[in-house]
Amino acid sequence: MKHGRYPFIIGFLIVPVAIYVTFVVAAYVQAFQLSFTDWRGFSPNVNYIGFDNFVKLFHDDTFWKAIRHHLVLLIFLPLFTIVLALFFSFLLNVGGGSKGGKTRGVWGSKFYRVVFFFPQLLALALVAVIFARVYSPDDSGLINGLLNQFGAGPVLFLADGKLALWSILAVLVWQGVGFYVVLFSAGMGSIPTEIYEAAALDGATRGVLFFRVTLPLLWNTLQVAWVYLGIAAFDAFALVNVMSVDRGGPDGATTVLGLEIFRNAFDYAQFGYASAMGVVLFFLTISFAALTMRVTRRDAIEM
Amino acid sequence: MSEIFGTPELDRRTLLRRAAAVGLLATPAVGMLSACVGSGGSDDDQADKPQGEVSSTNPLGVDPNTPVEIVIFNGGLGTKYASDVDTPSYNKLFPNSKVNQTNTEEIATVVQPRFTAGNPPDMINNSGSKLMDQGALVQAGQVQDLTDLFAAPSVDIEGKTVKDTLIPGTVEQGTFNNKPYVLNYAFTVFGLWYSGKLFSDNGWTAPTTWADFTALLDKMKAKGITPYGYAGANASYYQYLVILTSAAKIGGPDILKNIDNLEDGAWQSDAVKQAAKAWGEIGAKYSNKAFLGLKHTEVQLQHDQYKVGFYPSGSWLENEQAKDTPDGFDYQVMPVPSVTTADKMPATAIYAAAGEQYFVASKGKNPRGGMEYLRHMLSKAGAKGFTELTKVLTVVAGATEGEDISPGLTSGNKMLSAAGSDYFSYRFDTWYKKLDDEARAATNELMFQGGTADKFCARMQKVADAVKADDSIEKFTR
Repeated sequence: MKHGRYPFIIGFLIVPVAIYVTFVVAAYVQAFQLSFTDWRGFSPNVNYIGFDNFVKLFHDDTFWKAIRHHLVLLIFLPLFTIVLALFFSFLLNVGGGSKGGKTRGVWGSKFYRVVFFFPQLLALALVAVIFARVYSPDDSGLINGLLNQFGAGPVLFLADGKLALWSILAVLVWQGVGFYVVLFSAGMGSIPTEIYEAAALDGATRGVLFFRVTLPLLWNTLQVAWVYLGIAAFDAFALVNVMSVDRGGPDGATTVLGLEIFRNAFDYAQFGYASAMGVVLFFLTISFAALTMRVTRRDAIEM
Repeated sequence: MSEIFGTPELDRRTLLRRAAAVGLLATPAVGMLSACVGSGGSDDDQADKPQGEVSSTNPLGVDPNTPVEIVIFNGGLGTKYASDVDTPSYNKLFPNSKVNQTNTEEIATVVQPRFTAGNPPDMINNSGSKLMDQGALVQAGQVQDLTDLFAAPSVDIEGKTVKDTLIPGTVEQGTFNNKPYVLNYAFTVFGLWYSGKLFSDNGWTAPTTWADFTALLDKMKAKGITPYGYAGANASYYQYLVILTSAAKIGGPDILKNIDNLEDGAWQSDAVKQAAKAWGEIGAKYSNKAFLGLKHTEVQLQHDQYKVGFYPSGSWLENEQAKDTPDGFDYQVMPVPSVTTADKMPATAIYAAAGEQYFVASKGKNPRGGMEYLRHMLSKAGAKGFTELTKVLTVVAGATEGEDISPGLTSGNKMLSAAGSDYFSYRFDTWYKKLDDEARAATNELMFQGGTADKFCARMQKVADAVKADDSIEKFTR
């Protein structure tokens, strides 16, 4: 029996692994290779220039701007999304108090659960186009159209450098919350009701239930959510590319690494430099994930 | 400049596709595209030699039996001019040389991998929002020298070489370091567009001096019209074109030449500063800050609805807006008014340039065939057919004389003939894309975000200096 096992496993894996190696691993390896060249995308031959691209990167203001924007997103995207999602899923699952020994959500929670998930079903690019309309500065914009009715003048959501990144962040949160509501709901569903019962018998309020029971038992799920959202914060390309003024503007106020990679590769034909940015992004994402995993490690609670 | 020929719909779709693709694959994408680096393309010299017998009907020495492959950008100009006008003309002389035409909305996606793989198509219309960096192509030695083409006799204009039949400056517009590599085929004039109806209804006339201009803007403002506007979200280059037009009129066309050549302090000349100051005031006083968040289609629609007085654009505007223009709107264009009374160039001077790039691959299978195809595009019949199908003029001088054209084109033609030889253009936006991006942001700052002329000049100079100092970017001069 044992002899047949490896050919059997390999038989199953060879196709997906080959596809993965060709389209993901090989592409990554080549990005690393190109980051040490000044390749401009039109010649079959490449010219190695050592670490020049990385040195240039270090002195590139736009690059640092993009990094700063990622930091803002990295802090606030998970924070807002998780807090909102926790709040909603608590209301949907436990917020209605307990009846007959079972915890319930608030009235109509089954309906809300579906509604919250809607944004997740839309392609990100569509979300971007929709919100570009919502934020539009003239009367055709959903918000400004309303404000203009009351003579409150247009708010330049995407055109004001101070507001633009936050406006885009709001869309990211809006789009993400639904998924995490479902994720946390599933997590809460797996918490044994006896624990809630016991706590309720001891006179715990809803607040205490949340902080002393729900949160600690959800820790693993939260951790996963944090990593997902953190990685999403390193992306944000689609929204910025479609929504922002002047692609990443006004004046670079919303630019992100993905956009700078795209711009350098496909607009400036600086594939080597763009690859160097890609390499930096790769390490940033990986170290973020590793770091989060380490810092938030706690022993899972046996249930 | 050619980006605007793409229809708005196309732009949006391209954008979405881009967003989806790159959002998923930020890093691997770059590697993917390059998957074939080093995989092909031996540097053999199959290229630049006549392959067939040179004769008076075959001045370029095309091999009559080798097929020729062309790639046409499928945008606002369509692709019919090639398949219905130029290909039949080519096949009349070379019936055994089959023309294989590919149409695409994404030039770089389709063509770029073939350059890296070493089997490019013969003639490419490098245009649209996904066009390839022409300078980088030239730098990589992938582009055929078109000297022979311009020296060859015209297909149907007796006794003239191709070069003689073109509007002066055409060959130069496609020249990189003293060699003509690119044919810019469409001829575009730029100015401030307005509705003839709006003007005649109110008894307004096109101003030529700055004082008259601002007086008219005041009148428009009093009527509740936004006197002047451009779209900051994606079309601020229409506006920096206007600012630099003013600069050239104030200080002469050398101002732009110095900018193109990355001369020290070119952006900080008095002419540029004066122009930026004048336009910054227009932005602060006569425009609407909300336009910073609008796209060109949105502002152009407002213009069509008589809500915006003047809109800066090129002569494609009328065709682009055809389906949104109300009856009787009557598109008219005027030169950018003179900023000072001491301007070096007359009030009639304009920005006009050949655009829409066509080039031949030097390492393709049939470069001579590609050049011959361009010769047919540059015939009088080819140019006439192009203008009839696209409503866009070509660089072939007088090809549509006596033809009945739309009001906007007639107005543009009038402006061009009034300018005489006083027209000019710049190249830095295509040579150095980075400088183009900076100019867009700086212009938005100047016009909408309380920027000043000094700041505008300083930040442009800073990036120009950085480009100049960057060895990895090939420099061009004119």
